[in-house]
Amino acid sequence: MAIPPGVSEQDWADALQQFERIVDRQWLFTSDDDIALYRDAYSPVWGEPDERLVSAAVAPDSAEQVSQVVRVANQFRIPIFPISTGKNLGYGGSAPNLSGSVVLDLKRLNRVIEVDDRRHFAIVEPGVAYFDLYRHIQERGLNVWIDCPDPGWGSPVGNALDHGVGYTFGAYRDHFHSHCGMEVVLPSGEIVRTGMGALPGAQSWAEYRYGFGPTVDGLFAQGNCGVVTKMGLHLLPAPAAYQNSVVTVPRRRDIVPLIDLVNELEHAGLIGMPNYGSAFGRFGPPNPELAELLDRPGGASEAELERFVDRQNRGAWTCQLQFYGSPGVIAAHLQHAKDRFAATVPGSTFRDGELLRFPLTPEQMTRVRRVSVGIPNMEIFSIGARTELNPSPSDGHLWFSPIIPKTGEAVLEAQRVFMEAFRDLGEPSMVSPFSMPATWMYRAFIFIMAFPISRTNVAQNQRTREVFRALVKVAAEHGWGEYRTAPVFQDDVMAAYSYNDSALLRLHETIKDAIDPNGIVAAGRSGIWPRHLRGGRA
Amino acid sequence: MRSILGVWVVACGLLVPAAQPLAQDREEATIRRGDEVYQYWCATCHGAGPGHPGTAALRAKYKGARPAVLEERTDLTPRSVRFYVRNGVSIMPFFRKTEVSDADLDAIAAYLTPR
Repeated sequence: MAIPPGVSEQDWADALQQFERIVDRQWLFTSDDDIALYRDAYSPVWGEPDERLVSAAVAPDSAEQVSQVVRVANQFRIPIFPISTGKNLGYGGSAPNLSGSVVLDLKRLNRVIEVDDRRHFAIVEPGVAYFDLYRHIQERGLNVWIDCPDPGWGSPVGNALDHGVGYTFGAYRDHFHSHCGMEVVLPSGEIVRTGMGALPGAQSWAEYRYGFGPTVDGLFAQGNCGVVTKMGLHLLPAPAAYQNSVVTVPRRRDIVPLIDLVNELEHAGLIGMPNYGSAFGRFGPPNPELAELLDRPGGASEAELERFVDRQNRGAWTCQLQFYGSPGVIAAHLQHAKDRFAATVPGSTFRDGELLRFPLTPEQMTRVRRVSVGIPNMEIFSIGARTELNPSPSDGHLWFSPIIPKTGEAVLEAQRVFMEAFRDLGEPSMVSPFSMPATWMYRAFIFIMAFPISRTNVAQNQRTREVFRALVKVAAEHGWGEYRTAPVFQDDVMAAYSYNDSALLRLHETIKDAIDPNGIVAAGRSGIWPRHLRGGRA
Repeated sequence: MRSILGVWVVACGLLVPAAQPLAQDREEATIRRGDEVYQYWCATCHGAGPGHPGTAALRAKYKGARPAVLEERTDLTPRSVRFYVRNGVSIMPFFRKTEVSDADLDAIAAYLTPR
């Protein structure tokens, strides 16, 4: 067991003794075997000197116990790193930024405090998983949906706090946006409530997020100013039915009106999350003619790609539109979408899916993408797992997640820029001229890529990190920044947000120093380090 | 386990009728708990039917030589179950003790181990 950096042996022993007194021996983990379970299972530095390891873990079961643990940590200047369910895989898992930190494991704070299906909100603790909240709602027959991200074992609180995203309507799938009110333990151990929660006996904590005065909730998302122990969430009223329809547009240049039109439908609230694709994208079967075009020196020109699409006669791009509501509302919205495309994109065609009324039958459940209808599951873990086509599975993945504008022009530019970057790096491209972005963000795209991670091949991980860091720079040169990343890259990503001599980072540091003068909470999170760990920077 | 209990029953004569139900009750309670914990933590990836990536991965690995659904396996040992839960494999991560306690892990192992 390592001692946290800068902590004397005596202070460490005293702190552990006090942690044990607060949470009971069973919930303080100090053995090598136990603390190894807090490693990032998808670490891109697995087994290397830079891997972020913990010195201990402590698991309180109430906000009051969290407060007591934090007070002890502050007294002895022990760095702590809070996790909710600890499933932030691909973005850091349960490992801290600073090796030697004590993980504050909040999994035992697992209470669903309230769900209201007339006013459509929930209040939960951080150890509650999407599976738990879903089950709570189903068992009581409540008339609300949750918006869940891909893995159902994640925490609605933790996911919101890392700006996580889901699959239904924009206002719900931006999980930080749909949070409403927090309870936070500050580095001093003091407990505060934000928004209406600051008012004793508040009647609308999870409904009106601003309360009165400046809004401080953002300090605790991807931040290190406190430990969130409760959170309000807005929930979606359960719709009566669901239907999707896939629109296909014929020409490559149709990507511009396609995205403009889908933006119009989505931002007007007529559709849920759109899913873009292409018959020639990475999930389609390999096309020998396209491969030949792309393998030529310099790749293929836009004109050549357009002619390729014409010859294939399968359409250039697709978008699955998702409709929710009563069957009548769905029919009207779908017809409106068809009318707009008919008037704007000649040759566009629609393929309507089945109209599904809720509750779904078990058989219908197998034919729908469950996250699209608010049902948490684990299907995402098929990425990188062993399949017939992938006999050598990876040991995890690392997400590269640059935000780009929501336009066809931006998508084509991102394809070109990243293909060129991979070519310059001498690496096989993870991007093709038919790669489409992820659409979880309401008002922007994520041009996401998944890099495989190995627990045995150090050289591969080192090369992945070089490529990743190069892509962060390439993206920044084009005005694109990552929205979320693993601890080992958080300094790199924050460095890209450098407007006016990194004024934003300096502001973060000023706030950090004021709220957490001993720098104990999540040191280094998002590249925000406490004063004593900033190296040459004041 | 059941055959060992049977021998013990015969050997111990009259003392056994009182002890045997207790041991059996404990074993059954452990297995029930193992089922419960398995359904919560494991079945979401390792259940039967489509949409279970753990099952799909094991199907690709064993190609029919062994069942892809863990609950249908007859060759699992408590040791192997404990190893995979605490060490992970491929994209399956390991589980912390705040998620699956040692007692719950023993229960999962009992549930998945042939009796």
